Amino acid sequence: MSEALTPETVRKVARLARIQLTEADVDRFTRQLGQVLGYVEMLSELNTDGVEPLAHPLEIENVLREDEPTPSLSREAALSNSPKSDGKYFLVPQILDAG
Amino acid sequence: MNFTTIIGLEVHVQLNTRTKIFCGCVNKFNPDQPNTQTCPVCLGLPGSLPVINREAIHLGQMTGLALNCTITPFTKWDRKQYFYPDLPKGYQTSQFDLPLCQNGYIETFSHEGEARRVRILRAHLEEDAGKNMHDESGRGRDSQVDLNRAGTPLLEIVSQPDIRSAQEAKAILEELHLLLTYLGVSDCNMQEGSLRCDANVNLHIDTDGCSKVATPIVEVKNLNSFRSIEAAIEYEVKRQLEEFQKTGRKIGDPGVEKETRGWDMERGYTFAQRGKEEAADYRYFPCPDLVPVTTSPERIEEIRRSLPEFPAQRRARYRQEFGLSLYDASVIVNQGAGLARYFETVANLCGDAKQAANWVTQDVQRDLNDRKLTIGEFPISAELLGQLLKRIVVGDLTVKGAREVYAQLLADSDEGQTLLVDWIDAIIEEKSLKVVNDTGLLDAAITSALEDSQKAIDDYKAGKQQALGAVVGKVMKLVKGADAKVVREMLIRKIDG
Ligand SMILES: [Zn+2]
Repeated sequence: MSEALTPETVRKVARLARIQLTEADVDRFTRQLGQVLGYVEMLSELNTDGVEPLAHPLEIENVLREDEPTPSLSREAALSNSPKSDGKYFLVPQILDAG
Repeated sequence: MNFTTIIGLEVHVQLNTRTKIFCGCVNKFNPDQPNTQTCPVCLGLPGSLPVINREAIHLGQMTGLALNCTITPFTKWDRKQYFYPDLPKGYQTSQFDLPLCQNGYIETFSHEGEARRVRILRAHLEEDAGKNMHDESGRGRDSQVDLNRAGTPLLEIVSQPDIRSAQEAKAILEELHLLLTYLGVSDCNMQEGSLRCDANVNLHIDTDGCSKVATPIVEVKNLNSFRSIEAAIEYEVKRQLEEFQKTGRKIGDPGVEKETRGWDMERGYTFAQRGKEEAADYRYFPCPDLVPVTTSPERIEEIRRSLPEFPAQRRARYRQEFGLSLYDASVIVNQGAGLARYFETVANLCGDAKQAANWVTQDVQRDLNDRKLTIGEFPISAELLGQLLKRIVVGDLTVKGAREVYAQLLADSDEGQTLLVDWIDAIIEEKSLKVVNDTGLLDAAITSALEDSQKAIDDYKAGKQQALGAVVGKVMKLVKGADAKVVREMLIRKIDG
């Protein structure tokens, strides 16, 4: 837990988040994210033996909705924020991996 | 080389709620009208907030109880992060460490009644993704994305690796499919993708008689029919065995990771899907937008009491209550709740379950297949067939005569007529099919037929049993509707004197 954040981890997280970083970015974020993690690390000083893990910060449960339809957006409105569409579908650069 | 096949299944079931899992858009298969069933929530627009559909929880818990699972009293929501164009938010809302249902099992039975139990690890709720359509021309055109399906409630059922053959995997999936249709929680239409199956397959190979090694686990995707699950696993077993003999690669070797392969039904092989640059890292974390769901023991009991009869229970009841063989009971129950209800009505009306089972599994089933009809669309209702078979049970009709009435009813319906119960008697009358039990009439006909059949009588007395056939025929011609069996018995009594 208290292991220092490495540039390798920063590169991996960036790759998973599809963010391109320069070497200078990697240096900077290794330092900055390391400081954030160090700050959060203070929490480990607390003794949490016997404390239930928190599933949600709000003390509310069972916010449920009846299974009743509500109006959807028109297709035009749905596609309106898209960088590219053919009027029926969202268009994205060709997907190679049919997964 | 001795080896054991190890198979686990992951089944995605679309629940048939009216609306999506986290928004009020309709949950309907509608590929002809792309992107008409979306809203800010299922498009993943900033600032929108999901709210859980009560019915999705209910259907998921019903299924969990039917799979003998424990219903988790406190369940929560987690985000599974990955990028794909059909996933607008960049994460799928799912359940990670506290799934809706846990630790159950499902059983199949062979025709000999032997049970096979496969344990269920978990069943959790999540949202379905949209649908991508790829340009097949190879000219590198853009892919199309339809988000109508995004946000459809899915129950992902994960089995333990307890399955040992392709046939067993198919049988388990068929039983699960049947159970889900009896519960009515899903359309289970595999062509439309409302039931989708992935299989994790590997082999435990006995290399030297005392130690075993495991081949790398392969997840086979796109198994969208019962036939394809069987064929894909059979292919994969062969492929892994050959691969192992060539390379000796096994779990634990450096660089060996779980592999994902697709199944090509037309060409009959599995193919490697482009490997991810590194092992999947979904970085699950609790979803701050959704609060936990709790379920009291009272509520769980309430759902349990409301469950319909399961296929396994129904097979057992048909054997006890109706005296059917396991085979007959399975044939009827495995065709779905509609045919099973039809059978029960016919059996109760005619009072002879065996007779009802014969007709339903042979005549009715044949005509449904020929006409590509469901039992709900079949023109001869259960009431009509029940009344017809009752005529056999009370001795008014022979089975052969009943077949004629049945055929006539179908023919009338083909001409667009609506079938009514009194038509049975009209057809019996018209075709003189009523069994003649008037022994005086039969006696006279037999005496007359015997008068000019001396040769047949001599042959019969000389030991040629079949010589009587011609005489029976003569009597039948004289008395329409006579029961051939009765005529034959009377003839023999008369000749043997
Ligand atoms: Zn929506």
